[in-house]
Amino acid sequence: MIKKEMIAMLLAGGQGSRLGVLTSKVAKPAVAFGGKYRIIDFPLSNCINSGVDTVGVLTQYQPLRLNTHIGIGIPWDLDRNIGGVTVLPPYEKSDNSEWYTGTANAIYQNLEYMDSFNPDYVLILSGDHIYKMDYEVMLDFHKANNAEVTIAVMPVPWEEASRFGIMITDDQKRITDFEEKPANPRSNLASMGIYIFNWKTLKEALIKNADQPALDFGKHVIPYCHANGSPLYAYEFTGYWKDVGTLSSYWEANMELIDIVPEFNLYEEYWKIYTKSEIQPPQYIASDSVVERSIIGEGTEIYGKVYNSVIGCGVTIGAGTVVRDSIIMNQTVIGENCELNKAIVAENVEIGKNVRLGIGEEAPNDTAPHIYNQGIVTVGEKSVIPDGVTVGKNSVVFGTTTAADYDNLYLASGKTLIKAGE
Amino acid sequence: MRAIGIILAGGNNHRMKELSQKRAICAMPMAGSYRSIDFTLSNMSNSHIQKVAVLTQYNARSLNEHLNSSKWWDFGRKQGGLEVRTPVVTASNSNWYRGTADAIYQNINFLKNSHEPYVVIASGDCIYKMDFGKALEYHIDKKADITVVCKDMAPDENVERYGTVRMNEDFVIEEFEEKPLQAKSHTISCGIYIIRRRLLIELIEKCVEEGNYDFVRDILVRYRGIKRIVGYKMKDYWRNIASVEDYFSTNMDFLKPEVRNYFFRQYPDIYSKVDDLPPAKYNVGSNIKNSLISSGCIINGTVEDSVLFKKSYIGNNCVIKNSIIMNDVYIGDNTHIENCIVESHGTIKANSNYVGENGIEIILEKNERFML
Repeated sequence: MIKKEMIAMLLAGGQGSRLGVLTSKVAKPAVAFGGKYRIIDFPLSNCINSGVDTVGVLTQYQPLRLNTHIGIGIPWDLDRNIGGVTVLPPYEKSDNSEWYTGTANAIYQNLEYMDSFNPDYVLILSGDHIYKMDYEVMLDFHKANNAEVTIAVMPVPWEEASRFGIMITDDQKRITDFEEKPANPRSNLASMGIYIFNWKTLKEALIKNADQPALDFGKHVIPYCHANGSPLYAYEFTGYWKDVGTLSSYWEANMELIDIVPEFNLYEEYWKIYTKSEIQPPQYIASDSVVERSIIGEGTEIYGKVYNSVIGCGVTIGAGTVVRDSIIMNQTVIGENCELNKAIVAENVEIGKNVRLGIGEEAPNDTAPHIYNQGIVTVGEKSVIPDGVTVGKNSVVFGTTTAADYDNLYLASGKTLIKAGE
Repeated sequence: MRAIGIILAGGNNHRMKELSQKRAICAMPMAGSYRSIDFTLSNMSNSHIQKVAVLTQYNARSLNEHLNSSKWWDFGRKQGGLEVRTPVVTASNSNWYRGTADAIYQNINFLKNSHEPYVVIASGDCIYKMDFGKALEYHIDKKADITVVCKDMAPDENVERYGTVRMNEDFVIEEFEEKPLQAKSHTISCGIYIIRRRLLIELIEKCVEEGNYDFVRDILVRYRGIKRIVGYKMKDYWRNIASVEDYFSTNMDFLKPEVRNYFFRQYPDIYSKVDDLPPAKYNVGSNIKNSLISSGCIINGTVEDSVLFKKSYIGNNCVIKNSIIMNDVYIGDNTHIENCIVESHGTIKANSNYVGENGIEIILEKNERFML
């Protein structure tokens, strides 16, 4: 007899297109974060730390990195005889084969997986937020209120409330109404996209709404449950929670980790964040280097100067190079005498000598100013930047570039250089 | 791979001074992120040896904790895998391991129940990379009964704590001296042996029946000339860490780019138990020169020519020079440490001053630690 009180379903299929070239080749939950982690490590670690040992991870967009990262779940102790972590991609059926068309549709297509554990509760999570949360406390709240659906919410500044899905509650925290991105918000409690459902309620709602195109939790399932009279409660969360959906919020969340006592503290003993560590050696800081206000991952060698930056594992930063306010991901090699200002450099990038990134006056990006802004220069994974190149602000480089791709070794602010298909 | 592995991890000696109070030598933290036994274990795993026994008895708590899961070295197997064997009391035996040969004798079933034709015996206190497959090929090519891995030491190196060998031009070992005061040769035994499993069973049983318990003294030295014992010269990096000086200088070797490159960035990798520590953090005031820093460290002061193991905290205005700071050490503000090894889990009070005047000083400090 298999029985799990609560299982988790983690939505990790989204592209996260507002992260630009960072998600060209990998799903957003697999994007590196905080030196050695990937975004999905946070909800996965929360699960195991909360005692949830059965997690279905729904993948769809570019799943290779995600699949190899998760494996059989060893880093999170999710390698279990019964339960553990299971990667759930869309699959072909005898009739009506389709991709996951919406958040709730993805869950609907895996009813059988959930049913096999005979759960009382199902926890719905998304793989693109940075936070530490004890789901067990949320479950206690759910039970205490005899709720059928509990939605985690957090108070946001009133002026920002119109960017979120807003929950209106009575003083018992029972949800009376909700609004999606309201122009004049009646509450500042924003939904965090974390739900606990009674399994019966969820199953019925999914089956009843199965024919709804692009079945979505916020748009269809929650309104359906509400209309049906199911008691919906709002669980208020006041800890650190960061949506890293845009390049600028991703950059900010990384930078917050280097504060003296960061609001989001990775050094806490009793709520560890686990990740798959492929690189184990210590890091080496050479004689002529400077490292200040930075965090650095395993196996990295620093010969230059690093200020206010988040550096991943297995990185090399050459002598004479100055890195400021930047994020450098795993296995990237930066040559000598370079200068990087407010750069996000993805994994396995090769940067030659005397390269300067983030130089000069800001100019809006020419192709996607809503993605590339705030003066951040972004370099996609496995890119190559040849010796002597200067790149301006709000610019993007992606692919194996050579000197011929630049205008006299110069890429002006706001320009996009993407050599795809190589 | 047609061999099984035995790692002799029991040892301890007075040359480790206070460092051995806490743990067996092969559990000594090494090179920032590893423990000594990781090197031999990874070599076995990388040589595709499927089944390994670690024989241990001295203060094995650290070692047992380190080996509590064998998956990090890819030994989490149904077929074979890793076994840690400490002495046990049985109806017929209540002895500790009386020597290396006796340790193998007391676990003779490990040999008898295997089917692989060869055994690789290695010690857990050496830092090296080696493909045992190649050594086994050599063993077969040379039609050896026992192959001993050897290394030529520098002429100025003191070899009196090693076994020294002299070989003829066909690499057959003609002389084997254990810990000679006046060494005739500067070629030493690395403590790594290859032998046919059946022959090992035969020699060990005979040896123990005669009341002898030491593999080197009672088998290698006694049978030289009778059995064909051949030397296999190891040319790459190899160090034994079983004295405070060697432990210190081997760690400091990792500050050299060629040593780091050889161990950290060339195939195959060395594996260790994963600790789930966050990246190292460098706050304002940190000033690092030529040092190795491990994950989980938080640094607010100056660190020069040193190796910091995992999860060390260095306070404001500290100066750490030419020292080894072992795992989970807290160093209070304004402290000066030079030429020292700070033992793990130590808490150093603010404004302390430790300078090793004549050689390396070992600091054992157990103060109350107040953490928020």
